[in-house]
Amino acid sequence: MRDVQLLAKGFSPGKALGLFAKAHPDAGGIASFVGKVRPEADVKVLELKAYPRMTLPGMEALAADVEARWTLDGLLIHHRHGVMRPGAPIVLVAAAARHRRDVIEAVDFAMDHLKSASWFWKREKRGDGWHWIEPREQDHADLSRWA
Amino acid sequence: MAVAVVFLGKLADLSGAAEASLPGPLDWAGLLEALPPSLADEVRGERVRVALNGELLAEKTALRAADGSEIALLPPVSGG
Repeated sequence: MRDVQLLAKGFSPGKALGLFAKAHPDAGGIASFVGKVRPEADVKVLELKAYPRMTLPGMEALAADVEARWTLDGLLIHHRHGVMRPGAPIVLVAAAARHRRDVIEAVDFAMDHLKSASWFWKREKRGDGWHWIEPREQDHADLSRWA
Repeated sequence: MAVAVVFLGKLADLSGAAEASLPGPLDWAGLLEALPPSLADEVRGERVRVALNGELLAEKTALRAADGSEIALLPPVSGG
């Protein structure tokens, strides 16, 4: 089962993960990752802009890629866009399969690609106004692990 | 009819709006001409990619946008 969603409003990763686990009672293992807005001294809110016309199809294509590389029973990718406060969840990725290694690697791969190769643009509101965040070299290095 | 132009990321700040409507049809030269010079310079740069109706163009200078279509100007992503 594949569940890919681009969310405009806050969500509960715990609840989504619970439903995902319930939907895959025969899986031998489930791995998940929750990404949150990092609380930093001067950051009041974070905004992720998406271009839904491409962002969502891009997430679907990523999910298809993950499913082609690992043998999974299920894959979930939920990603926020819009304005978020520190501590708020941004992304939940979860994979279910017979075996541990498949699910851990699948989640790791999906996260590296969401971070550096998906259609999202990030800006932070600090004391002195909004600042766009430039791509990080580390994100591209993370991506090259899978080449 | 017209061509919709969507500015993503910091390009929206440079244009002063998230979207613009330009008379169609529109090619690459026509698009650059219709944008404010500072924005056109940015869009010309190799880091900005272009999509037409949701499809990424392999070669953005080959842009040919018919009436009613949507151009997206995509700076480098910084997501997740």
